[in-house]
Amino acid sequence: MMEFTTWDILRNLLLAARWTVLLSLAAFIGGGLVGLALLFMRVSKSRALQRLSFGYIELFQGTPLLMQLFLAFFGLALFGLDVPLWLAAGLALTLWTSAFLAEIWRGCVEAIAKGQWEAASSLAMSYLQQMRYVVLPQALRIAVPPTVGFSVQVVKGTAVTSIIGFVELSKASTMLTNATFEPFKVYALVALLYFVLCWPLSKTSQVLEKKLNVAHHHH
Amino acid sequence: MSLITITEVKKRFGDNEVLKGINLDVEPGEVIAIIGKSGSGKSTLLRCVNGLETINEGSIMVGGAQLLPDEIHLRELRLKVGMIFQQFNLFPHLTARRNVMLSPMVVKKTPKAEAEAIAKKMLDRVGLGHKFDAYPDQLSGGQQQRVAIARALAMDPIAMLFDEPTSALDPEMINEVLDVMVNLAKEGMTMIVVTHEMGFARKVANRVVFMDRGEIVEDAPTAEFFGKPRSERAQLFLSKILQH
Repeated sequence: MMEFTTWDILRNLLLAARWTVLLSLAAFIGGGLVGLALLFMRVSKSRALQRLSFGYIELFQGTPLLMQLFLAFFGLALFGLDVPLWLAAGLALTLWTSAFLAEIWRGCVEAIAKGQWEAASSLAMSYLQQMRYVVLPQALRIAVPPTVGFSVQVVKGTAVTSIIGFVELSKASTMLTNATFEPFKVYALVALLYFVLCWPLSKTSQVLEKKLNVAHHHH
Repeated sequence: MSLITITEVKKRFGDNEVLKGINLDVEPGEVIAIIGKSGSGKSTLLRCVNGLETINEGSIMVGGAQLLPDEIHLRELRLKVGMIFQQFNLFPHLTARRNVMLSPMVVKKTPKAEAEAIAKKMLDRVGLGHKFDAYPDQLSGGQQQRVAIARALAMDPIAMLFDEPTSALDPEMINEVLDVMVNLAKEGMTMIVVTHEMGFARKVANRVVFMDRGEIVEDAPTAEFFGKPRSERAQLFLSKILQH
């Protein structure tokens, strides 16, 4: 029987962690872009767009990520689509992330005083210009901490993709435990790796929050 | 021809009719003071003129541009009228200069250097050339309102609407804003001012429009209005606010 050193375990976990990072990045960037589109729909003047966005957000916030993942993987297969694991995982996480980001950002946009919209529109700016130059820069300031905070949820959410067999950090840890019979060591290392990934994000959020506040007050 | 023509404008919030058929013509260069109790509809009327509120009936024309609810017509109209708010509504993330430069650059595609020159000129005009790079929260209320006036002027409007421009100010700051408005009036700017400053109305306005319960009760030359208001409601209003 093959012997696993701690370094062997760690090395394999680190290799798998690349997929966790990649999946998180893809979900966050993709989710950010879709979320931005949802946000514009949600705060637009069109009732139809508002409802569409609202329905989407309700659907993805109201069902477990796990179900979304199963539907993306097995559901699409029913239609004869051969969905690779990474695509199903990336797609489900992107859609899930977008719903939450859209809702977080909507709160930030709505926190901007109505007078700001009115001043911008009385200066003949179009809706998109009001959004781009007046509302979003201010909303961004308050959106940073919850957004970065949510990115931590995305990183941890990638663990769910292990269920459909995508080999990221969590799946790799189960496999290594089965091979080494050292669950405590393996899972401790996994926890440490997740912490190493997530802690800088939380820290960044705090630093950015402070920095943006300073930039705002300049005193 | 009148610069601003308001014809039979009606406005309802639900069952509550806040404007009950308003008619008002404003000639170029005129300064109109709209006075009346709170809830009389005066601010709503002003907000209707540049489309911040939609109207239910009637029509509003400004310099040949008709108020219509679609964005293209609204923007065309708003290019002609500047609006000053009670709460200033400066953009807090931008310096005074940037506040003034933003709309010329974004809406009129004015090159940056030119927009900056305009900003300098307009801030000098309101006596704040030295606050070029200050953020709104570093300015007093009076200074913020003057930046707001500079910001509106930078779009080169043919008329300006003032919605209680001094109501949110500490007493010692009211005059610095009124002085700027007096100068604007002298330079021939067409202005509609919703105000509680009777001294200002008396000194600067050509006409006083007195509103009560969504109607224009009296529309008279300033001296005539303050000297001898025709309507009983205006007499009562004046007696209440001028007794001090």
